Amino acid sequence: MKKTPLYEKHVSLNAKIIDFGGWAMPVQYTNVIDEHKATRKDAALFDICHMGEIEIKGPQALDLLQLSLTRNLAEQEIGQVKLSALLNERGGIIDDLTAYKMAEDSFTLVTNASTREIDLAVISSVLKKNKFACRIEDVSDKTGKLDLQGPRSEEILQGLVKDDLKKIKYYHFTETHVAGIPSIVSRSGYTGEDGFEIYAPADNIGHIWDKVLDAGLSFGLKPAGLGARDTLRLEAGMMLNGQDMTQDTSPLDVPYSWLIDWNKDFTGKPALEKLKKNGPAKKLAGFEMTGRGIARHNYKVLSDGNQIGIVTSGTFSPTLNKPIGLAFLDVSYSAPETAIDIAIRETVAGAKIVKLPFYKRDKR
Amino acid sequence: MSKPNPTDRIYSKDHEWLKDNGDGTALVGITDYAQEMLTDIVFVELPEIGKKIAQGEAMAVVESVKSVSDVYAPASGEIVETNKVLEETPELINKDAFGDGWIVKIKLSDKEELKSLMGADEYEKLTKEEKH
Repeated sequence: MKKTPLYEKHVSLNAKIIDFGGWAMPVQYTNVIDEHKATRKDAALFDICHMGEIEIKGPQALDLLQLSLTRNLAEQEIGQVKLSALLNERGGIIDDLTAYKMAEDSFTLVTNASTREIDLAVISSVLKKNKFACRIEDVSDKTGKLDLQGPRSEEILQGLVKDDLKKIKYYHFTETHVAGIPSIVSRSGYTGEDGFEIYAPADNIGHIWDKVLDAGLSFGLKPAGLGARDTLRLEAGMMLNGQDMTQDTSPLDVPYSWLIDWNKDFTGKPALEKLKKNGPAKKLAGFEMTGRGIARHNYKVLSDGNQIGIVTSGTFSPTLNKPIGLAFLDVSYSAPETAIDIAIRETVAGAKIVKLPFYKRDKR
Repeated sequence: MSKPNPTDRIYSKDHEWLKDNGDGTALVGITDYAQEMLTDIVFVELPEIGKKIAQGEAMAVVESVKSVSDVYAPASGEIVETNKVLEETPELINKDAFGDGWIVKIKLSDKEELKSLMGADEYEKLTKEEKH
C-alpha cells in the first residue's frame, strides 16, 4: 500500500489504518462519532495527502481546461477555486475536481486519489490533439494536503499564518506561509463546515500537521479519519466519486448540472446533449430511514417489491442521530416525500426521499 | 484498553461470551474487546423469540457507523429472550458489553457444546495474538 508522509504520525496516534484505494489511510483515531462531532462543534484535521494535484502552465492553459472540463473557467479570477467535472466521450463522469487559478497562465487541478492517472491521461490527450501551448505536470507526490475543518478552523490557523484569513472568501485561496512553510490556503472542504484546505511540500507537511494539532489543542481540535470524512460529506449532501457516481453516471443524473456550460465545447458534450434531450431515466436522491435499519452501499431500493434503484451511500448520521443515504433510482421515485423501501438482509425497511443537503450549518 | 474478561463465563473465537445460568438457559453477548474493535455501535438487529439457532450460526447483527457485523451463536438452542433495550440504546454494548449490553438469552439444546468454548484466560490470549 502507498503511504502518505503522515503515516507514522497516524500509527503513533493509534489510528486504525485501512486500505483506501491502495492507500494506507487512517479511518479513525478514537471513533467516528467523536471525530464527526468535533468537526461540527470545534474543528478537526484530516490527512488528505492521497489526493492528486496536477499543474497546467503555459499561454494556452485556459484553452486546454476549457476544452477538457464542463465548467466555464473564462471568468475565474486568480485566487479563485472552481469545482468542475471531467467527462468521458459517453458523457459519464470520470472525475469531479477543483481548478485553482494561480496566475493567468497557470492552474492547479486537485483530483480524487483514484482518478489522478486517468485524469492525467484524458487531459494529456486533449492537449496532444489540439497542440495547445502549455504543459501538464503531475505534482501529487511532492504535494501534501491537510484539511482543517470546523467552525474554529480560522482561529486555530490564524495563529500560524501572518496574512488575515478573514480576507479569504469561500472557494478562494491565497499563497502564504503556514508555520513558516510556503503553502496554499484555500477556504473550502468536504464536510459542510467552514474550514481550509492546506497545500504544502510533502516533505514539510508533517511539520504543519504537528503545528496545527498543537495550536488547536485548546480549541477542541481533533485529528479525524476517513470514517468521519465520509459521514460529514454525506450529511452535507456531497457525493463521493466512484461510489455515488461512476463513469456511467452523467452530471445530469446527479446534482451536478450546474457544473455544465452548454455554450462551450468540452469532452463528452455531444453525448451529454443527447442525454439531455431524452431526460435522465435515473437520478441520485437523498433519503432517510423511516423503518428500522441502516441502509448501506449497494443495498437494493424497492417499491412494491420491485427493484427501482440502488443505495450508493448509506450510514448513520451522527448529527441527525438517524440513518441517511443517497440512492440512484428511477426518476419517478426521486421527488421529496416519496416512500421507498430498502432491502436490508432478509427484510425490507421503509425510507422516504428528502431534499439535500441533510445538514446545513448556520452561517455566522 | 479492554475491561478484563469475567471468569464466570466462557468465550467463542468470534468474540461472543456465554454465561450459563445453570437452569438450562444462558445469556449471550459480545466481549468488551469486540465492542472496542467495533467502536461506536449505532444499531442492533435482534432475532425473533422462539427462533432455533445452531452453534456458529449468525443470530444477530451489530452495526457501527462504518461496519456491519454478525453475532454468532456460541451454542445451539432456542432464543427465549432478547435485550430489547438495545433497539433504542445500542451504545449500551459499548458501555457495558459484559453486563447491561447482553444480547440474547438462549435455552441450550446441547450442553456438551460448551466444552468447545474457551475460558477467560485462553480468550485473553487469543485477543492479545489478534492485536499483533
